[in-house]
Amino acid sequence: MPDNHDSAYTRRLFLKQGMTLASMVSTAPLFIQRSALGLMHPAGSMLSSQPGIPDDRILVVVQLGGGNDGLNTVVPYGNNLYYNARPGIAIPAPGRSNGPQQGALKLDDSQGIGLHPNMAGFKELYDDGVASIVQGVGYPNPNRSHFTSMDIWHTAEHSAKGYGWIGKYFDNTCNGTPIPEGSIAIGRTSPLAMQGGIQKPVTFESEELFRWLGEDVQSDLDKPYTEINRSGVLEDVNPDSQMGFLMRTALDAQVSSERIRKAVARTPLVNYPGNNLAKQLRIVGAMIRDGMNTRVYYVTLGGFDTHAGQAQRHARLMLQFGQSVNAFYKDLKKQGNNSRVLTMAFSEFGRRVKQNASGGTDHGTAAPMYFIGDMVRPGLLGNHPSLSDLDSGDLKWNVDFREIYTAVLEDWLKAPAAKVLGKKYRKAKIIKV
Amino acid sequence: MAKSLRQLSPDKFDYWQAQHLLNRAGFGGTPSQVRALANMGLEKAVDYIVDYDQIDDEPVDAETFDSDIMRPRTLDENKEIRAARQSGDEATVQRYRLERMKRQGADRRQIAEIRRWWFRKMIETPRPLQEKMTLFWHGHFATGYRNIEDSYHMFIQNQLFRHNAVGNFRRLTHAIIRDPAMIRYLDNNQNRRAKPNENLARELMELFTLGEGNDYTENDIKEGARALTGYTYNDDRFIGLQSRRYKQMHDDGRKVILRQIGNFNGDDFVEIILSRKVCSEFITWKLYRYFVNDMPGEPNPQGQDFVVDLAKLFRKSKYELKPFLKTLFKSEHFYEPDNVCSQIKNPVQLLVQAVRSLQTPTRSLQALLSAADLMGQNIMFPPSVKGWEGGRAWINTATIFVRQNVLVYLLTGQRPDVYPWQVDGTKYDPSHLLDHFEAPLRDINVKEAIKYLVWFNLGRKPHEKRIASLVDYANKRGGILTPEILVEILALITAMPEYQLC
Repeated sequence: MPDNHDSAYTRRLFLKQGMTLASMVSTAPLFIQRSALGLMHPAGSMLSSQPGIPDDRILVVVQLGGGNDGLNTVVPYGNNLYYNARPGIAIPAPGRSNGPQQGALKLDDSQGIGLHPNMAGFKELYDDGVASIVQGVGYPNPNRSHFTSMDIWHTAEHSAKGYGWIGKYFDNTCNGTPIPEGSIAIGRTSPLAMQGGIQKPVTFESEELFRWLGEDVQSDLDKPYTEINRSGVLEDVNPDSQMGFLMRTALDAQVSSERIRKAVARTPLVNYPGNNLAKQLRIVGAMIRDGMNTRVYYVTLGGFDTHAGQAQRHARLMLQFGQSVNAFYKDLKKQGNNSRVLTMAFSEFGRRVKQNASGGTDHGTAAPMYFIGDMVRPGLLGNHPSLSDLDSGDLKWNVDFREIYTAVLEDWLKAPAAKVLGKKYRKAKIIKV
Repeated sequence: MAKSLRQLSPDKFDYWQAQHLLNRAGFGGTPSQVRALANMGLEKAVDYIVDYDQIDDEPVDAETFDSDIMRPRTLDENKEIRAARQSGDEATVQRYRLERMKRQGADRRQIAEIRRWWFRKMIETPRPLQEKMTLFWHGHFATGYRNIEDSYHMFIQNQLFRHNAVGNFRRLTHAIIRDPAMIRYLDNNQNRRAKPNENLARELMELFTLGEGNDYTENDIKEGARALTGYTYNDDRFIGLQSRRYKQMHDDGRKVILRQIGNFNGDDFVEIILSRKVCSEFITWKLYRYFVNDMPGEPNPQGQDFVVDLAKLFRKSKYELKPFLKTLFKSEHFYEPDNVCSQIKNPVQLLVQAVRSLQTPTRSLQALLSAADLMGQNIMFPPSVKGWEGGRAWINTATIFVRQNVLVYLLTGQRPDVYPWQVDGTKYDPSHLLDHFEAPLRDINVKEAIKYLVWFNLGRKPHEKRIASLVDYANKRGGILTPEILVEILALITAMPEYQLC
C-alpha cells in the first residue's frame, strides 16, 4: 500500500467532499477557512492514487540542456568508425580502459552497444526492466541553434513558435479551465513546453521560495501577513471581479505553500545524492508522495554543451543523471507510485560524430531519449543511427520526437495526440499497452 | 461626440482620478507628482501626458549599441569559407565556427544590456506614456530574440515602437512589414515568388490587425503572402521596393485580397486590411484591455458601446493615436468605479510603478528583469507571436509569491539565498511619502499615516479590518514611526492581494 496515506488529503478529495480550492469557485467566503484549515487536518486514510486510472498518471520530464552527447552516453563500442571519429574522447569497450577513462557498461553485446560507465544508476533500472533507451531520435531539417532546437522540441513545431506541447495537452483536455497546479516546473524560469493558452505552469526553484519572505526581514511580520491574507478578505468584494480572483489565488497560495513545504520537509524514503538534479527530483518525489493533483512535472539539468574538455565534464553529468533518476525511481517504488509515474529525458540535440580540436564536440543532431517507469517497454528500442551514412558529419534520425510525444500522450496520458500536436504522427511503441 | 465617450466633468477630477490616470497612462507616481497632475485639471493633465513630445528627453543615439556584432558575412568571407569547405580545410571552417560562436556570445550579452537599458528608461523617463505604449506595441507586434538572435534588430524595432508610440497605427503597420526583426521572426525573408511563405501574411491579419477569423479567409492569407513577397532586409535595412533583389523576389501578378483585385504589393495589402471596420475595432478592443479594463470575456454593455464609438473615432482620424488616447483618458467611462483599481498589473508595471511611486532604490536591473521573467514577462522574449495574454494569466500561486517577494527586495535590498538577485545595502527611507503631514515622522499619528499609505498604494479606501492588523503591528513595534517601521508596513501593504491591481 502506498505510504502516503497519512497526508493524502488531495484536491480530488476536496471535490468529492464538496470543497475545492478557492480560486475554482466564485463564491468563496465559506471555503476560505475550510480549505486553509482543511489541509492541516488530513482526512483519515483516503488514498489519492488508484493505480491504472489515467487521472492519476504522472509524467516527469527531465531536460538535459545544452545538447547531450548521445554517442558517449549510448556508446557504439562495436563500431570502429566511432573510435576513428573520436580518438581522444571515445569511451572504450566494456572491460577495457584508456588511461583514466573506464570502459562502457554493457547493454547489448550483440549490437556492440553500451552505456557511459558513470551511468550505473540508470543501468540498474535498465537491468531491472523498468527503463528504456530510444535510439536516434530527431526531426527533419535539424536546427543546430540551442535556442531554436530547444523551442522545436518544446513546441513540437518546426517553426519553433506557438505554445508548448504540454501546455497544449492541458488546453485540449481541461474543458476551458486551467487545473490549479496541474503542471509544475522546478527551476528559475518556466519552460516553453509547459505554456498553454489556458494552462500555465507553476514554477518555483525551491520550496523555500514558495512563500512570502518578508518575515525573514523582521520575524514579527509573520502574524500581520497571515492576517492581511485572511481577515476581511472578500468582504464587500464582488467574487467575479479581478480583486475577488486575486484574493482567492492569494489564499490558495498560502494553502499550497504550507502543503508543499510540509511535503518537502518530510524525510524522503530513500537517500538522494546532493547534486542539483537530485534536489529537483527529490522535491517532485515529495509532491507525488503527498498526492498532489499535478499531472506533469518538469526538471532541468544543464551544462551539456561540451565544446571543450568534454571527458570530465560529461562524466560528471552522466553520474548526476544516473544517480538522480535511480534515487527517484527507488523513492517512487517505496511510495508505491512506481507504476503511476513515467519519467522521460531528452536533450535539444546530440553532438557531431567527429570530435573537435579542443577535446570536445560541436552541436549535432539525432540522439537517444531515456524512459523510466514500470509502464515502459524496457530495453534498447530502435536502431542505433548509422555511423557511415551521415548527413554532413551528423547522425541521421530514425524516430521523429513527435512520434514519441504521440505515444506519451496517447498511451500514457490518454490524450488525443493529433489534436494536441496539430498533426497526426506515427506512434512509437515505447509504452506497454 | 458619441454619448458613450462623453468627457468626465472637470470638477470630478481630483487626486484619485489623477492617480488613476498616471497609473494607467504611465507607471504611477509619487504623492507630489499626483498632486501636481491633479492641480492641472483634467484637460491639461491629459494633454500633458499625451503630448509628451513637449517634454524634453534625451534623444536615443543609434550608436548606443553595436550594430555589427551579427553583421552578415562579407563577400570575401563567404568566398573563403566556401573554398575551405570544398577543399576540406577543417581548420578554417572551425575558425569561422568559433568566431560565430564568439559573436553569438557577445550578442547575448548585448541583448541583456538592451533589456536593462529599456527597463531603466521605463523607470526614469519623463514621458511615461511613450514607454507604456512602446511596451504595448512590443506585446502587439511580438517579436522574440530567441528566434532572430540579433540584438541590434531588437533595438531597431524597440526604437520604431518608441518613435511611433502615439503616432499613427497605419504608419506603424507599414513600417513593421519593413522591420528586419519582424521579417526574420515571421520568416518573410523566405517569402519569394517561387516559394511563398505565409507566416507574416497570416499573423498580420490574425494577430496584428483583424483578429482571428475576422472577415478573412485562408485564400486571403495565400494572396496576401504573395503581395508580401520580396519584403526582406539586408544587414539592418529593408531592401527597398526599387532594389534588384526585391524585383527578383516579388510576385507582381494579379491578386484577390478581401474581394479586391489588383497587382498588389505588401503596402497595398496593408491598406486593404486597414480599410476594414473590424480592424479599428480589434485594435481599439486591445487598447481598451490595456488601458481600461482587463476582465476576461466581453466588456459590459457600456464598455461595448465605448469600444464601438472609440473605434469609429479611430477610423475617422485615420488611425491617429493622439486624439484616440486623449478621448479615452478624458472620458467619464475611464474613471468609472468598475474601471479604477481593477486591472491586474503586468509584471513590468508592478516593478516600474513600485520604483516610480515609492521611489525605492532600483537595486539591480538584472534582478528586476529576472523577477519579471519569473512572473511571466520576459521582455524581448515573448512566449509567442501572440505576445502576452495579460489579465488573469499573470497570476498563479507561484507568481503571487514572486510579486510579493520582489517588493520586499525593492524595499529592503535583501533577498533570500536562493534568488540570484544582487543584495543591495542601500537603505530606503519612505518618509517622503508622508510629507504632506508636515510634521516630523515621530509626531505623525500612526493610524492616520497607515491609512494614508494603504490608500496611496492600493488606490482605494481600505476595509477597516485590513488596517487594524497593520496598526497593531506598528504599535507592537513601539508605536512611533521610524523609516524602518515604515518599510515593514510597506512590505505588508505590498503583500496584499489588492496591491496587484492598479
